[in-house]
Amino acid sequence: MTDGGITVEVLLFASLRERVGHSRVVVTVPAGATPGDLWARLGLPGTPPTGLRHAVDGHWVDPGAPMDDGAQVALITPVSGG
Amino acid sequence: MIGLSDLPLDVAAVCATVADDEHGGTAVFVGSTRAERDVRHVTALEYEAFATMAVAEMEHIASHVSRCHGARLAMVHRLGVVDVGEPAVVVAASAPHRAAAFEACRDAVDRLKADVPIWKRVHHADGTAAWA
Repeated sequence: MTDGGITVEVLLFASLRERVGHSRVVVTVPAGATPGDLWARLGLPGTPPTGLRHAVDGHWVDPGAPMDDGAQVALITPVSGG
Repeated sequence: MIGLSDLPLDVAAVCATVADDEHGGTAVFVGSTRAERDVRHVTALEYEAFATMAVAEMEHIASHVSRCHGARLAMVHRLGVVDVGEPAVVVAASAPHRAAAFEACRDAVDRLKADVPIWKRVHHADGTAAWA
């Protein structure tokens, strides 16, 4: 942890992975930041697209959920398996 | 049997894992790559997963259909390139009677398509590919 901030590991898949150019990005964000803040933190333009979901440490969460230092946060675009 | 596979799926082997002497019905869904020749010719689908969470979600689905339908579930999804006609997913549900087996299988497939973090990239005959 750095002063006043937390460090989280962001996981990216499929189209979002290709768009960002990485499958995993470690970012430091202010304490109190939420998964919904990571879209802008990654430098992605505009607001998150409709249907974007978030998971913290493998569990679905709301975009406004808390994140702890060291959390693993996945940004999950609409799934298309099956 | 719950999981992801880089190798071709063996439908019979997946079905065998839900055999139960008290279950008289097994419903099986096999999802395969479609050519869609009348739209934009597809040659293959390529699947990617958030593997740890995908397997956890599939296990949650198995628990759900056990609780709600009294069914045993097997669910295996392919990763990587799946050619036209090849199975991408096999879902088998066994239950004491056919109605519960059909309902459990459909419920499980619907939940897979909604909540399991797996994505497909569509490869077209013209050489292009796009995430679906």
